[in-house]
Amino acid sequence: MASLKELRNRIASVKATQKITKAMQMVAAAKLRRAQQAAEAARPYAQRMESVLGNIASAISGGPDAPLLLTGNGKEQTHLLLVLTAERGLCGAFNSSIVRLARERALSLMGQGKTVKIFCVGRKGYEALRRQFEKQIIEVVELRANKGVTFADAQAVAEKIGTMFSAGEFDVATQFFSSFHSVISQVPTAQQLIPATFEAPAAAADKGAAAVYEYEPGEAEILADLLPRNLAVQIFKALLENGASEQGARMSAMDNATRNAGEMIKKQTLTYNRTRQAMITKELIEIISGAEAL
Amino acid sequence: MATFPFELVSPERLVYSGQVTEVIVPGTEGEFGILAGHSPFVSTLQPGVLTIKGEGAPRKLFVRGGFAEANPQGLTVLAETAIPLAEFRPEKLAQMIKDAEEDVEDARDEATRARRLLFLEQLKSSAAAIEADARGAH
Repeated sequence: MASLKELRNRIASVKATQKITKAMQMVAAAKLRRAQQAAEAARPYAQRMESVLGNIASAISGGPDAPLLLTGNGKEQTHLLLVLTAERGLCGAFNSSIVRLARERALSLMGQGKTVKIFCVGRKGYEALRRQFEKQIIEVVELRANKGVTFADAQAVAEKIGTMFSAGEFDVATQFFSSFHSVISQVPTAQQLIPATFEAPAAAADKGAAAVYEYEPGEAEILADLLPRNLAVQIFKALLENGASEQGARMSAMDNATRNAGEMIKKQTLTYNRTRQAMITKELIEIISGAEAL
Repeated sequence: MATFPFELVSPERLVYSGQVTEVIVPGTEGEFGILAGHSPFVSTLQPGVLTIKGEGAPRKLFVRGGFAEANPQGLTVLAETAIPLAEFRPEKLAQMIKDAEEDVEDARDEATRARRLLFLEQLKSSAAAIEADARGAH
């Protein structure tokens, strides 16, 4: 059996750990609120963007001069996987579930004989994928230095992807992130970026007025201007969702850890008290039997 | 005067939302004013000053990048950047112009160069617009 001193030390160290996890949980809760607000604030922009683009796209797609970002370049040989993860760990299964989804997709694509390229945003995703896909990873962006994601970050990533696409380095781009449903539920999601997909035709149909919009400059010019922007908006939206998901996942993970530490402390304290009692009894017996011997 | 709902949205937040009587938007092909009941219309933006007229004094904002969508139900402006003119610092625009000038020099092919040159022109014209606006105010 461990000595009293050892037990005391162990309890102290678990208590220290519990304090850390508790603090992390509270920090995550505060950050979660902010991240959620940011995600909500970004929603109207993305929605409007999508509905307008959808309107224009349904009017112009099928035409010979439709931009490649919208229709794709007709091939699907090379796939780009944009893996968005967190910069830090200790957030439950958040990073690993995104990485798992991306890995499965990569393996199935490679199994079909396609070429796969991986673009990592976030250090954790890179670290997890590096071992298996060393050759496929073409680009890593870390957002560590920044406090919270800004639109400029998303734009920088979108610009890189846009340049790569126009240079013909890939045919299809898909982004992997975790969409935020609630604090306890974050769903890893894959979303195709290029060719762009819109749910808009349905929305356009019930508006009815879609067809009579007047465009200045022409539809094609607007589309050429908006599609790269839309790419940035979609990535930005995914980054914000990811931010909220990360904090949510961290909060519940740290809540669990705090509870576990509490249980451990309880058990250890019980053992400690028992041992202490046993020692006192033993000493008493020694004294009494010593007195009797005289 | 008839009012209509107007929303100014940037990727990070909803900048302005409310009933207004007139909005003047810097469009790529020239400034245009939107009144209530405008026919469906979409235009891209050029960097410049957007003026909101409603109750009280007109509000002015610097907007950049994005588009405006008007229909009889109202007007929505999506702008990458939207800063109230009062908070706008001319140094920042000067910095942007400088960056754009460098970009033009760095451009490798003709198409990129033309695009960046256009952007630079737009920035310069918006700087002029802001200056004119500041002179008008004082």
